[in-house]
Amino acid sequence: MSQMIKVAITVNGQHTTAMVEPRTLLVQYLRDNLNLTATNVGCDTSSCGACTVHLNGEAVKSCTILAVQADGENVTTVEGLANGNEMHPMQQAFMANHGLQCGYCTPGMVMAAISLVKDIPNPTEEDVRIGLEGNLCRCTGYHNIVQSVLAYAEGK
Amino acid sequence: MYPAAFDYKRPESAAEAISLVNEFGDDAKFLAGGHSLLPLMKLRLAQPTVLIDIGRLADLSYIRDAGDHIAIGALTRHKDVETSALLRQHVPLLADAAAHVGDRQVRHRGTIGGSIAHADSASDLPATILALGAKLIAEGIGGRREIPAVDFFKGFLESALLPDELLVEIQVPKMSNAGWSFLKFNRRAQDWAIVGVAAWRDAGNCGVALVNMGSTPILATSVVRAIADGASVTDAAALACAEAEPQSDNNATAEYRTHLAQVLVKRALETCSR
Ligand SMILES: Cc1cc2nc3c(=O)[nH]c(=O)nc-3n(C[C@H](O)[C@H](O)[C@H](O)COP(=O)(O)OP(=O)(O)OC[C@H]3O[C@@H](n4cnc5c(N)ncnc54)[C@H](O)[C@@H]3O)c2cc1C
Ligand code: FES
Ligand code: FES
Repeated sequence: MSQMIKVAITVNGQHTTAMVEPRTLLVQYLRDNLNLTATNVGCDTSSCGACTVHLNGEAVKSCTILAVQADGENVTTVEGLANGNEMHPMQQAFMANHGLQCGYCTPGMVMAAISLVKDIPNPTEEDVRIGLEGNLCRCTGYHNIVQSVLAYAEGK
Repeated sequence: MYPAAFDYKRPESAAEAISLVNEFGDDAKFLAGGHSLLPLMKLRLAQPTVLIDIGRLADLSYIRDAGDHIAIGALTRHKDVETSALLRQHVPLLADAAAHVGDRQVRHRGTIGGSIAHADSASDLPATILALGAKLIAEGIGGRREIPAVDFFKGFLESALLPDELLVEIQVPKMSNAGWSFLKFNRRAQDWAIVGVAAWRDAGNCGVALVNMGSTPILATSVVRAIADGASVTDAAALACAEAEPQSDNNATAEYRTHLAQVLVKRALETCSR
């Protein structure tokens, strides 16, 4: 029997805790232990960004972080963005600008975009394109995603 | 994908981390940002049985003015190197190179010490600290020692660190007002460099190192000597690959890399000489 470790992670403002194997990835903790299945696994090799969540307010790839590395920290997933029934303005901007097609990349895109605009409050189109280089989308050709993020930044 | 099972230790200090690695020996590995090690472990290309998590040792994360050099704690993340006002002022080449690493998510996790200790010749920071003539400070059970960057990179993913040594600090000389350029050629955003160049120049002195042009980052000493002897940028750049041993892979043939290195070294030196 391999080692089991107790982790306590604040997820979307809620205190969560579980006994996990050290090799448990943060994305597995979110999806399998907490049943928060909005965060997707696309590539599982740190490339596509579908698994992007916020760790202490910064965008990170949760397929490349162990749950034990997030022990004691604050994690936000796309489920934690809405205020009751009201979507986060970034989610609304994606909806209004048709920033998604199949939607697989969208949770990661939205989390990466919020982190980007926090660091660069008035981004140019180039800032957005470069800033989202860690997130791949197979459907949209990126154009409307970039428009969504720019619309959000302008409307803030 | 799960990594193979391992035991997890989270030391509270550098001293405790060093004593743990001594206790567990070759089966143990330090875990810093995990952005090189965890992908390898998920693919089962690395299977350490003990991970010693140094990622949150806050006293090894700092950027300080130390007179003639800037001292950077090994656990300082790429994001903090990229955005440091002190580095932008005194070692802008390093701050700019850090901004070229991976993507924002990667830079939020990966550390300068992890990047250098991993000693991947395709990484951006090892070549950069080589060009800058940095010193690496390692700490082991026997105490601290200083390793010049030129003696640090030994082979493919192989550094001068002993298995039980922790890289604790990177000391980078201030560049005063030297011109500089970091060029990274890749086909897709976020990718590793097919070839990269880190260069600085201050009148007759310069430093030039190459990314992904051999099994280690390559110091282009022939270029540096030519510039010191008064050669033109074009003539010096023609010597870009004198020390390199480029390999062919899916991204480029060795011949293509050789051509690219000469073009990029010329461009970089032109930028530095403005
Ligand atoms: C998608 C993706 C894209 C990337 N793109 C680039 C890129 O374009 N350019 C680039 O340069 N890098 C790139 N990287 C790698 C990234 O920069 C890593 O963060 C870095 O190489 C390793 O740093 P780390 O802190 O994550 O180290 P870890 O993965 O934690 O450790 C790496 C190795 O170093 C050892 N180690 C770590 N810290 C120390 C220490 N203080 N003392 C002794 N040994 C130590 C570990 O035991 C391990 O063997 C990319 C990574 C990913 C996932
Ligand atoms: S699933 Fe994490 S980056 Fe693709
Ligand atoms: S909307 Fe389908 S992958 Fe982006």
